[in-house]
Amino acid sequence: MDTAETRHYRSPYRALPCHFLDLPGPGAMTLDSGEVLDGMTVAYRTYGNLNAEKSNAVLVFHALTGDQFVAERHPVTGRSGWWALMVGPGRPIDTDRFFVICANVLGGCLGSSGPLEPHPERDEPWGLNFPVITIADMVRAQVLLLDHLGIGRLLCAVGGSMGGMLTLQLASAYPDRVQAVLPIATSARHTAQNIAFDEIGRQAIMADPEWCGGRYLTEGKTPRCGLSVARMVAHVTYLSEAVLAAKFGRRLQDRKALTFGFDADFQVESYLRYQGSTFVDRFDSNSYLYITRAMDYFDLAADHGGSLSAAFRHSKVRFCLASFSSDWLFPTSESKAIVRALSAALADVSFFEIETDSGHDAFLLNEPEFLETVHAFLNASAERAGLPTAALCGDPGLLDPDKDRIS
Amino acid sequence: MSGEAGPLTRALRSDLALVASMIAEGARVLDIGCEDGALLEALVREKSVVGRGLEISQTGVNASVRRGLSVVQGDADRDLDHYPDLSFDVVVLSQTLPATRAPDEVLKQLVRIGRCAIISFANFGYWPVRLHLLWRGRMPVTRALLLPWYATENIHLCTIRDFLDLTERLDIKVERAISLDSQKRPRQIVSQRYANIFGEMGLFLLKKG
Repeated sequence: MDTAETRHYRSPYRALPCHFLDLPGPGAMTLDSGEVLDGMTVAYRTYGNLNAEKSNAVLVFHALTGDQFVAERHPVTGRSGWWALMVGPGRPIDTDRFFVICANVLGGCLGSSGPLEPHPERDEPWGLNFPVITIADMVRAQVLLLDHLGIGRLLCAVGGSMGGMLTLQLASAYPDRVQAVLPIATSARHTAQNIAFDEIGRQAIMADPEWCGGRYLTEGKTPRCGLSVARMVAHVTYLSEAVLAAKFGRRLQDRKALTFGFDADFQVESYLRYQGSTFVDRFDSNSYLYITRAMDYFDLAADHGGSLSAAFRHSKVRFCLASFSSDWLFPTSESKAIVRALSAALADVSFFEIETDSGHDAFLLNEPEFLETVHAFLNASAERAGLPTAALCGDPGLLDPDKDRIS
Repeated sequence: MSGEAGPLTRALRSDLALVASMIAEGARVLDIGCEDGALLEALVREKSVVGRGLEISQTGVNASVRRGLSVVQGDADRDLDHYPDLSFDVVVLSQTLPATRAPDEVLKQLVRIGRCAIISFANFGYWPVRLHLLWRGRMPVTRALLLPWYATENIHLCTIRDFLDLTERLDIKVERAISLDSQKRPRQIVSQRYANIFGEMGLFLLKKG
């Protein structure tokens, strides 16, 4: 066995400007699969200050391809933070008042343990030797982070899409660790349609010869085409027909007539190709497989004898769910199913739907009514906890409107 | 039933203030059709009520959440069946009953979910309404029935006597029956016939029979 000193393969993102919690093995964490992770790392970023009582902590969970750099210029891509509209001074999740934590999920590819990180015993990345993880495993890892930070009870946990699943899992499995959760544009389980789209993405990656059975890093290859196609498919699911029609219609890309070929004649094709190609520069193919798998496996009701209400019985957590009218990936009906289960469990629940054409991606965009309502819910949570409240300010216009989508 | 009402309660529309006065401190309350949450907020802040709301309109829900209330989007016809029996002390349905698709089913749900239910609605037997229909031959538009027939959400209008008949048929107990006159002054209903002519609005406290 080689030693750490003689190894050549090292964590590619260890120099990122964020914190790293290293939990040494053996037995750092037992996973749902039954496998045990010997040694685990959680890469995370914090904003604002933790008060003396440690009562002002807000945990933000990112979505499938997000990361810990929620509110600042991204150190790798140079783009503005993926939720800078939501998190920052004077924003709904106000970093002047709250201590905001965002961690790269387990299985992610920006510093937390995942297929891109070094295998503990071999001089190569984990690759497909990394155990299959679940949404519950991701939450478990972040609860270990809360333990490390000495935070007994969060003021609030917030997340959209997969991040919303993490909020639900946290509230269900650790009801004493959080006072309020905001699950946004999410679901308590992946539907057949959700799984179907994920499977197309995974098949695209695995069909790329450069994927090399998952050993592309060791082989010095990059499965650009596969991951890019996976992103193109997923990207369409984040939008809506109305938004595609408004943004592109049938307009042609830099040409006056059809070329009778297979170039990107249409603007929408060109746009998707661009989205696919830039995504490849910042995301790891194997990580994409692992995280989509975790989402597919998520079914909170199934974990509680088929009853979603049972997942929240006697819960003291305050819930506030939000959905978007044109979101067909995580439609309003999914949020309403959660609301009904919570009502049946006599939980404290609010739910609002925002009328918009922007599809699933709306939760990342400048939807004033959405941002204002989230702000109000957080203010109400702060008031209950005896923390200061504040008005919404900050100029969303200053934020990069064409930032990379990271649903 | 309560002491001095707080400023939020005093600022309520008079029929809602009457509802508020009938609710005990610290009760668990579900307000169905809570609009912008004004009643619920007054109850939560000034009567320490554990409040939940159900509201059909997006603007109403968002306004309620902004007040810090726990309100979900939904409607009385479809979104009551999953609440367990007796999950609330009081269920409130203010001026919403005529807009429901199946008022009888909704009433049954109310007394199932709540230990008691408070219901108010515009009385279609009120004398100006009768005159309007009798003399003009047109669907009445009054202060309590604000919108013309094509724009109103009311699809099951009824009189106080119709309503009391229905409670009897459904074996629902009427604990208190109040009519409000044109000045919104409450008056205990003694004679149904009198109340049905002079009550602009009816307000009832119900229990499962």
